[in-house]
Amino acid sequence: MAVLSPAKTTKLTSEDEPAVKRSKGGIAGRLFQWLSTAAGLTILVTLAAVAGFLILRAWPALTASPAELQEISWFKADSLLSYVGPLIFGTLLASVLALLIAVPLSVGIALFISHYAPRRLAQGLGYIIDLLAAIPSVVYGLWGALWLAPVLNPIFEWLTSSLGFIPLFAGYQPPAKNILTASIVLGVMILPIITAVAREVFLQTPRLHEEAALALGATRWEMVRMAVLPFGRSGLVSASMLGLGRALGETMAVLMILSPGFLYSFFLLEPGQHQSIAANIAAKFPEASGLSVSALIATGLALFVITLVVNMFARWIISRRSEFSGAN
Amino acid sequence: MTTLPLSSTPAAPAPPGRGAASGTARRSRLKPWAPWAAAGGSLVLAFLVTLVAGTPSFASVVALAAVFYLVGLTAWSRIVEGPRWATDRLATTLVTFAFGLALVPLISLLWTVVSKGSKVFSLTFLNTNMVGVFGDMTEGGVYHAIIGTVLITAAAAAISVPIGILTAIYLVEYGRGPMARGITFLVDVMTGIPSIVAGLFAFSLFTLIFGPAYRAGIMGAVALSLLMTPVVIRSVEEMLRLVPNELREAAYALGVPKWLTIIKVVLRTAIAGIVTGVMLAVARVIGETAPLLLTVGIITKVNWDLFDGLMTTLPVYAYNQYSQGGAGVDRAWAAALTLILIVMVLNLIARLVSKFFSPKAAR
Repeated sequence: MAVLSPAKTTKLTSEDEPAVKRSKGGIAGRLFQWLSTAAGLTILVTLAAVAGFLILRAWPALTASPAELQEISWFKADSLLSYVGPLIFGTLLASVLALLIAVPLSVGIALFISHYAPRRLAQGLGYIIDLLAAIPSVVYGLWGALWLAPVLNPIFEWLTSSLGFIPLFAGYQPPAKNILTASIVLGVMILPIITAVAREVFLQTPRLHEEAALALGATRWEMVRMAVLPFGRSGLVSASMLGLGRALGETMAVLMILSPGFLYSFFLLEPGQHQSIAANIAAKFPEASGLSVSALIATGLALFVITLVVNMFARWIISRRSEFSGAN
Repeated sequence: MTTLPLSSTPAAPAPPGRGAASGTARRSRLKPWAPWAAAGGSLVLAFLVTLVAGTPSFASVVALAAVFYLVGLTAWSRIVEGPRWATDRLATTLVTFAFGLALVPLISLLWTVVSKGSKVFSLTFLNTNMVGVFGDMTEGGVYHAIIGTVLITAAAAAISVPIGILTAIYLVEYGRGPMARGITFLVDVMTGIPSIVAGLFAFSLFTLIFGPAYRAGIMGAVALSLLMTPVVIRSVEEMLRLVPNELREAAYALGVPKWLTIIKVVLRTAIAGIVTGVMLAVARVIGETAPLLLTVGIITKVNWDLFDGLMTTLPVYAYNQYSQGGAGVDRAWAAALTLILIVMVLNLIARLVSKFFSPKAAR
């Protein structure tokens, strides 16, 4: 609205038809700009409030002495830091495993839908993926605990008996309530989200880039590698970020599947080794009161900081690439 | 398989090395039936191998056949067509397999939910609540949970959709300089806020203001809107950025003021994407369990008051019934089915809206 300065609009009289429209545009325009700026500022205020209120409520636990903390029935560690350490480890391990499973698959699925499947079929497939992006986490939890765990049982038994010499796969005990099962479910959960974003990004590849690649004699894969993937890279990073964000904070699937433990352990198939921050909070919060609420909120604060760091890192990766977009 | 015109016709000059050897511009290609033949061959081979090794099961035959197909077709193509086309075929195969592999958990999930959920799912299940249901009773339903979910999600959407769309407009159309960059960054940060942290925030906020025992649906709605707003902003922003600058410039050239251009041209062009984004955001938060578990809890009867007292929501209900075990597990599956049906209806509406209201695109 920089073009229409207030002085200019008030100078014009109402007999002038276009001028009337313009002056109305000026007021409404300023109002509109003000509204949208205010909405933007809301985000700023909200985030400050999230951090502020969490710190405020976690403060009693952050400043409490170990002796006070140990009065909480479930608090078995020496300090808050040594309590939250294994939880952070478990959260990161589960999320990274989930990303390792989900990202390659998602890129494949998105490419299949956008560039490989017949056009008519692709629309329906896209619709299916959209529906799956919306399946609630509690349903994934039910499915993981009651369907997937029994199915994975023989596979894990085979893994631990034939590859058990690798520490990663040692010590499996049925039922499959271990971190690998939880990660597979997390991977499946974030798969549709990453796929949906990646598919949209791939579909937005300029037609001319693709046609130019093909006209130069590229095979379909070379076209994808030279035109589609570079165009979609920053979109892919943001898609993975969305997936990682959901995996890090995902509560229900981990809560319903994983048999919890508080260790730094790489035994992926052994139950009772890991626990994630979010699942731990959900498990203990309903019965908590007083200082134990503060202690749980303090672990929540740790989770908040981790997601902050992850997002900053992802943001840094994206910012290294210039933006392609319609609006400058 | 689509046949791109260029991939089926011989390309003009062969690469120097091959051209010198064959002396011709024509490149030999595998016939269109080759992948099917390879697939059939590897299935038969896999069946025979598993038969020799032991008892063939469906899963093991398919898995082994996939490996044979991958290796066999790539090798065949490399011999006949050369390394570039072999890589192309390998990529095609891998991409198709990725899709097939991903469908396995997804189909099994839907099938499990429908088959197990339909056991107690009925009209009675939908319009009774859990008053007087205890022990091994198979009665009881989700009426109160549906009301709670709809109220809380609607309140969350009422908070976050206007803020989300306006913020996206600010970022794309008005925002310049450090403030816009800061807000973009903070939206990214907000996208990563775990749902449980949003629940803790709403809990902290309301219990500090209204006392430690305060519980109400609005707490859940605030927590959900915290999760929903960045999703709305992201998707709307993405869609607004896709609107070509030429359209904006054409509107300005006709003397249309900026705000009217945004409403009539930019939003109009992006409406399909915006609706889909908002619907996906609603569908994402409608299934959120953790923040509601912390803030609104669970009760056995209907609570219409968003500002006072506990409320039951479908996801928390499903989790609660699952952890009770016994007859509760059946109710948990039925609640999951209800939730999925609601989400499907939402998606269907989104599809219809985007189909009927979006301008016809070029592709």
